[in-house]
This record gives sequence, C-alpha cells and structure tokens, in this order.
Amino acid sequence: MDFTWFHRLGSPPHVYRLAQRLTPWLAWPAALLILGGLWGGLVLAPPDYQQGDGFRIIYVHAPSAWLSLMVYTTMAVAAAVGLIWRIKVAHAAAASCAPVGASFTAAALVTGSLWGEPMWGTYWQWDPRLTSELVLLFLYLGYMGLRASIEDPQRADRASAVLAVVGVVNVPIIHYSVTWWNSLHQAATVMQLARPKMPGSMLVPLLLMFFGFTLLFGALLLVRLRAEVLDRERANSWMRGVLAP
Amino acid sequence: MGGYAAFVWPAYAVTLAVIVLNVLWARRLLRRAQAAARRRLASRGEP
Repeated sequence: MDFTWFHRLGSPPHVYRLAQRLTPWLAWPAALLILGGLWGGLVLAPPDYQQGDGFRIIYVHAPSAWLSLMVYTTMAVAAAVGLIWRIKVAHAAAASCAPVGASFTAAALVTGSLWGEPMWGTYWQWDPRLTSELVLLFLYLGYMGLRASIEDPQRADRASAVLAVVGVVNVPIIHYSVTWWNSLHQAATVMQLARPKMPGSMLVPLLLMFFGFTLLFGALLLVRLRAEVLDRERANSWMRGVLAP
Repeated sequence: MGGYAAFVWPAYAVTLAVIVLNVLWARRLLRRAQAAARRRLASRGEP
C-alpha cells in the first residue's frame, strides 16, 4: 500500500499549499449549508408538540455541541500523531483546533443554558452532561494556557499533546453521560440515524447545520494551520513562493 | 416565537457571533503571520 500521501502531510510547504487550495471548497459549501439550515430551522420546521418554538434552539445548540466533541477528538488525534511520529505539522494542527473548539464549547454551554431555562426551569444544573461539557471547556482552556506558558515550542508541543491525549477520555463520558447517569438532559436524538426520533421536516435542517458546522471547522482549521505553519517555519525559502503578492 | 423569543434569538445571536468572530479571527491570524513571514524573509535578503 502506498503511504506517500501520508508522509507528504508532514511537509509544511505541501500542507500550506494543500490548505490554501482546499479552504474555499470547504468554506463556501459551509456557508450555503448553514444558511439553508437556518432557513429550515427557523422558518420551515414546524413547532415541537411539547416544546413549541423553544425547540428551535436545537439548530444552533446541537451542532455547537457536536463541534465541541469532534474538534477535541481531532485535536487529540493530531496531538497523538505529533507525539508518536514527531510530526511538527500535526502539532500545528492540534494547536489550530483548540481556539475553535473552545469557542464552540462555550457556545454549546450558553445555548444549552438558554434552552434549559424555559424547559427545565433553570439556566444551570450540576448535571452529568452539563458538568462534563464544562470540563471539556476547561480542557481546551488548559491546553491553550499550557502552550502559552511554555516558551520552547517543542516542549510546548509535547506537554500540550499529552494533556490533549489524556483529556480525550472526557469525550465518551460527555456522549454517554445521559445513559450512564440520571440526567436532566435529553437522550441522543440525532446520533441514531437508524431510528431517528425526529420527523424529516425537523431533521433535515438539523443535518444541514451539522454538515455546515463540520465544513466550517475544516475551513477554519486550514486557515489557522497556514498561519501556524508560517510562524513555525520562520524564514524558510519555500515561503517566498506562497507569499508572493 | 410562541413566547420563547427571549431564549431563541439570544441563542442564535451567540452562535452566529461565535461563527463570525472565528472567521474574522482566523483571517486576521493568517494575515499577521503572512506579514511577519514577509518581514523575516526581507530581513534575510529574500523578498
């Protein structure tokens, strides 16, 4: 089996050019999917029979929560690749994930609170799902804080990668918290495509938002990765070609 | 919004703000990194 493509992903010039080419192919479909999902969620989907129009928060809350988990998993895998194979670009990718993941984790917590007040009668509860999601935010902030506190980039890469890899244990805890413990939070609604619990008119806009948010993360990661690669490569001569006006 | 407007619209506003800020932040980061890289190359005599 030919692994040349994998080895080329360790080359900063190749990754920079690839990221440059791929970004618009992710960003524009992301914008279209999110706009379509917003229209479907706010206008086309009927009100829920129990939660009325309050359920429409799902169209921003669930995709934000999905990104919070997916971005952390991506960050942990990139950090592990960087640790095991000592690939600098992998550490750069992990570092590029963290601010995006942290911001969408915060969005998931805030939108969840705004959904919780009318449905549960409280903005916050020390519930397993909410608490483990808050721990995820602290893991992201810890990862970024650790990187910022170590001056030597290679030591910062290694130390933060260990934290990212260890912290990934929280991801299945968040996902299964609603089945392992008694929780105010509802059980999985979307992650059961074999037996979806929503009618198509509600589910399709939600799926558009999920795919849109995922592609948006891809585009943000590629832009941030290019910046991270340039910072790490200092004044390497390959950069002349990609920085030409 | 059937009495839920005070919760639904802020939730959408927060999420859209996070999306827009992420896009602006990433673009600004890249522009700054490119400008810094150009300066480093120029100081090495490699414009």
